[in-house]
Amino acid sequence: MAETTYLEAIRQALFEEMDRDPTVVLLGEDVGVYGGAFQVSKGLLERFGWERVIDTPISESAIVGAAVGMGCAGMRPVVEMQFIDFIACCFNQVTNYAAKSHYLWGAPVPIVLRGPCGGGVHGGPFHSGNPEMYFVHTPGLKVVCPATPYDAKGLLKSAIRDNNPVLFFEHKFLYRRITEDLPEDDYTVPIGKAVVRREGRDLTIITYGAMMHTSLEASGELEKEGIQAEVIDLRTLLPLDRETILASVAKTNKLLVVHEDTRTGGIAGEIAAIVTESAFEDLDGPIRRVTSLDTPVPYSPPLENYFLPNAAKVAVAARELAHY
Amino acid sequence: MPSPLTRELHHELYYFMRLDRELEEQMARLFRQNKILGGLYSSYGQEAISVGTAYALGPDDWIAPMIRNIGALLVRGVPPRDILTQHMARYTSPTQGKDGTSHFADLKSRHIVAPISMLGDLIPIMTGVAMAGRYLGQKIVAMTWIGDGGASTGVFHEGLNLAAVQKAPLVLVVENNGWAYGTPVQRQTSLKNLADRAKAYGIESAVVDGNDVVAVERTAREAVAHARAGHGPVLIEAKTMRMRGHAQHDGAEYVPKETLEAWKRKDPLDRYEKFLTDKKLWDAKTKKEIDARIAREIQTDVEFAENSSFPPPELAARGVYCDGCHTVEAIWKRPMEEVMPPRSTVKAEWRIESGGAPVSSANKTAVKSKPEKKASRDSVKARR
Repeated sequence: MAETTYLEAIRQALFEEMDRDPTVVLLGEDVGVYGGAFQVSKGLLERFGWERVIDTPISESAIVGAAVGMGCAGMRPVVEMQFIDFIACCFNQVTNYAAKSHYLWGAPVPIVLRGPCGGGVHGGPFHSGNPEMYFVHTPGLKVVCPATPYDAKGLLKSAIRDNNPVLFFEHKFLYRRITEDLPEDDYTVPIGKAVVRREGRDLTIITYGAMMHTSLEASGELEKEGIQAEVIDLRTLLPLDRETILASVAKTNKLLVVHEDTRTGGIAGEIAAIVTESAFEDLDGPIRRVTSLDTPVPYSPPLENYFLPNAAKVAVAARELAHY
Repeated sequence: MPSPLTRELHHELYYFMRLDRELEEQMARLFRQNKILGGLYSSYGQEAISVGTAYALGPDDWIAPMIRNIGALLVRGVPPRDILTQHMARYTSPTQGKDGTSHFADLKSRHIVAPISMLGDLIPIMTGVAMAGRYLGQKIVAMTWIGDGGASTGVFHEGLNLAAVQKAPLVLVVENNGWAYGTPVQRQTSLKNLADRAKAYGIESAVVDGNDVVAVERTAREAVAHARAGHGPVLIEAKTMRMRGHAQHDGAEYVPKETLEAWKRKDPLDRYEKFLTDKKLWDAKTKKEIDARIAREIQTDVEFAENSSFPPPELAARGVYCDGCHTVEAIWKRPMEEVMPPRSTVKAEWRIESGGAPVSSANKTAVKSKPEKKASRDSVKARR
């Protein structure tokens, strides 16, 4: 299939899953008539009709609640959060109801909550967030953060077919900036499996989302200096693929974690704990991290650029670690 | 609407109310014996609401109970042993000890959605059940309950508003028992009737004496018929009184004694017994037989619960994810093709006229309520 953007890949996944399974419906703010704030659901209303593409009031708790109820009745609803930042408004439905339902009552909640996350587009403090870790700390949820069009499509299909509540973080910076040649046939990408994006021997860079591209860019620079970085794209934060992480650290003996999320309580801390608990003897240096600052996401471009990680910051940290 | 309550059905209604009361009184004793470990929330004096409203539903309809709706669970066919083992945290309970009280689900056979302790969340959840039921062509009604305190939550508004715009077949029962833990209803709302909220959502409502099971059942039956017919959700406010504390630990000394004494004279079971006697719907022998049957059933199930083991500790680590252990199945009662391309553009029942375009005053008549809506309004008129 011709070069497909990250956004179009998500739209294709929705189209194809709704075509395949009549229990899949989409609900959210402005997803129908308008086609979604980023036009991810453009054309869905025309194809699937009012019963399956549902424009809702601005009521995040009610939207997620309704999706949970539809799930109870055997459907597979997909909810669009207009911006993933607004998931804070329905925190209770997500963390206390959807997440706990199967463990407590044996009642699966087969819903997907998807929406645009991340900065770099000057969206300001309420439209640029990376709130994934609130949910990674919630047993019962799955948290997916694709970095490529292929993964976005394949992981969204897996999420829709999954019997558990899946939070699907679409990085808005990637929506129209990256393209990929996608297979014509139906395919899925498994949830819970990381992938090695670039082989290397000198250090491991673990990352996800838009920072995967930043890390690859930095790795290209480092290669010119003779430093071979291995780049791991987590793809799923919960459940975390421990095996791929530990295998890479066993090979390179050095670990740098890069994420756009803020520093304190980010996934880097958890990965560092896993590696020191399970592979302390493999390490030849301290575990380093490159993250955004422990502040809200600021609006003005110089402030936001200062706040966000970039390839230069990743390269500096990687270089220091490689020479440690 | 003529009452479908025959002599036998009246006996059944009494059975469920009496079973609810005796079961909960038995659980209060078990609590005092430290056999019930966590919270125990009595619905003493509110049995007519749980039983009367749930009794108005059909077997395919859905419920999501709150903590004081054990009566509704009994009506749906949940055996007392499930409620006892839940409260006693035993391995034989519906949640195998993972959760307590009325927090359990039975999606596939009894169509019960589990409650959580955060109030109001069930309103949009049951709206979703109702929307799914309509989508699948099932003609079901979803019912849930909330208290006067829970009616103050944001999600109460969000959920009822979504149900209203979706015209979802939802019946919401507000049990106004005067107290939310230690806060009187006057500090929850400045409204005299919580049912007045319905006006703000553009939906139908009714106020009913919550201690009169016949009135509750009739009001609920009319509301269920209204919702099932596609006329949208109904808000029922049932006026009652919380006769015990918020939970067993709470002596409720803050409730004026004279208030409790006045409400004691309106006890729903006493009133219903008098009604059955006055209307010659039963005799002393029938009552004795039903009461004896209830005593036997509770005795058997208490023994079962007391003899049940606690769960194995390592169960705590299992079941976070559904790995195929449970299935997700939609029951289709309409041709699936109707919602699949290219035929999926069939008009939804609630499709808004004018396709959502702003309506100018010139063509306002185009979006006027349909005539049948008028008729339905008469059928569910407020009872005050």
